[in-house]
Amino acid sequence: MSASARPHWMERPKKATMAAKGVALAVVVVLVLVPFLVVVATSLASQKEVIKNGGWVLWPQHPTFEAYRTMFVGGIVTHALWVSVGVTVVGTAASMACTVMLAYALARPRVFGGKPVLLLILFTFLFPPGMIPTYLMVKNLGLLNNYVALIAPVLISVFNLVVLRGFFQSIPEDLFEAARLDGAGNFRILLTVVLPLSKAALAVVSLFYAVAYWNSWFQASIYMNDDHWPLQQVLRTYVLSGAQMADNGAGDSAMSAPQTIQMAVLVVATIPILLIYPFLQKYFTKGVLTGAIKS
Amino acid sequence: MIPGVVYFLVFHYGVLFGNIIAFKDYVPFDGFFGSAWVGVSNFTSMFGDPAFWHAALNTIEIAVLQLVFYFPAPLGLALLLHSLTSTTIRRVVQSVVYLPHFMSWVIVVALAQQMLGDTGVLNSALSGSGLHTVDIIGNPTLFKPLTVLEVIWKDCGWGTIIFLASLTQVDEQLYEASAIDGAGPWRRFWHVTLPAIRPIIILLLIMRIGDILSVGFEQILLQRNSVGPQAAEIIDTFVYYKGLIAGNFGLGAAAGLVKGVIGAILVFSANRVSHRLGEQGVYS
Repeated sequence: MSASARPHWMERPKKATMAAKGVALAVVVVLVLVPFLVVVATSLASQKEVIKNGGWVLWPQHPTFEAYRTMFVGGIVTHALWVSVGVTVVGTAASMACTVMLAYALARPRVFGGKPVLLLILFTFLFPPGMIPTYLMVKNLGLLNNYVALIAPVLISVFNLVVLRGFFQSIPEDLFEAARLDGAGNFRILLTVVLPLSKAALAVVSLFYAVAYWNSWFQASIYMNDDHWPLQQVLRTYVLSGAQMADNGAGDSAMSAPQTIQMAVLVVATIPILLIYPFLQKYFTKGVLTGAIKS
Repeated sequence: MIPGVVYFLVFHYGVLFGNIIAFKDYVPFDGFFGSAWVGVSNFTSMFGDPAFWHAALNTIEIAVLQLVFYFPAPLGLALLLHSLTSTTIRRVVQSVVYLPHFMSWVIVVALAQQMLGDTGVLNSALSGSGLHTVDIIGNPTLFKPLTVLEVIWKDCGWGTIIFLASLTQVDEQLYEASAIDGAGPWRRFWHVTLPAIRPIIILLLIMRIGDILSVGFEQILLQRNSVGPQAAEIIDTFVYYKGLIAGNFGLGAAAGLVKGVIGAILVFSANRVSHRLGEQGVYS
């Protein structure tokens, strides 16, 4: 499509209207991007420059990775980073395996118990379980301070399940017939027919899961001791609550972590999302839509 | 299928069943089944607690603010994006505005402090130009509008997706016909666009109303300490502090249960009303 796709019946927009639209969009884009820019710039500046400038900079005069070096030497952030990466990778794999199998079973007609199970699952959308009983369940299963507690209670998202089921249902019935005639069982059909056809949906759903695991901090704050914390919870404690980082290496234990280090933690917590974002973006409108319209 | 079903049985139905501790005096030592039944005393003490009513009031205030200011925002942005004739600009803007949705609340709140706090970008710009600084973070009176602003920053762009999709499904010929009949941009918007996307607006409204008592637990918990419970206690944080932090599990579960039941009733009624009005609703 060419850059300008104005249909012939539409009148030429007035100059003023176009200017107003342009300004509005520019303001929106700036409001979204400036916070990120300030954080990255501040993390790259020297602590002296940040203090002189009153707590932040928009463009560091002498860019330095000092804050990052100090942060990784400390050990807390490095450990938390590994926890986050581990939980995200394992959690996404487990969630995908369970969601795919369940969605496949629910997408096929004539599966034993399919209808009632679907209703039971959709009902949980209407009436989510409470925070206290969930906590007690995790506790009674003996999962406190066990990384499983960060994954098991949020294993399957109903939304993602519905998205995948909708996608699986859109696969033509003939393909299943053909595979069955070739002697393929249910599992073989899932692996060789259904999954290769659903790459876009699988990409979107696994990225949704990965982002959710990466961003989660509340579960960690109630289920885990502080030596088991993921990055977001560390970020919350040291940046939002201003707690002291015991081993920040800055030698100044009376102060909370310096601004530059706080911003560096913030950047590290954001970067994985920024990295997968372009891939995510290619698919997600499609994926979200099939799901949203079905539900 | 089995692992998935087991998950729902344990972490949804098992947990749902766990709500019975709302009717018990839960003592960790006696355990889940051993604790004594106390009937509805958790509920009566909750309803007798002014802190609960305060939390309920705060929840409703924030919910109303969100409904009035946040709910229409994505629709406005979607209409603006849809009206662009340049697809390149539209794509670039879309990529930018979807981004904040994928940030955790910890990051969003940290960014808000960095921008609006007393040493933040806004205030140093104000004092730099000789103006008074404004105390936004940590100011109880501004807390509720601040939370709405944060929600708009985070999710307004993402919210446009569903509106944009329904906007592209409007029949182009309807626009053309009305343009030929002499309808200007505003009349085309009023008589073609709006009726076409009305079902989706109503659908989203129903879903929002069913979920209206959830006004951002993570977001508000993160900021509650900086403004105090007077301004920032909502039902979810009440459950958290009374139940998990203070260890009064029965009372916390009771508050959570009340919220869940009200939410379910709201979905049913909103759906019923939309059927009455001749709209589709979420389910039939």
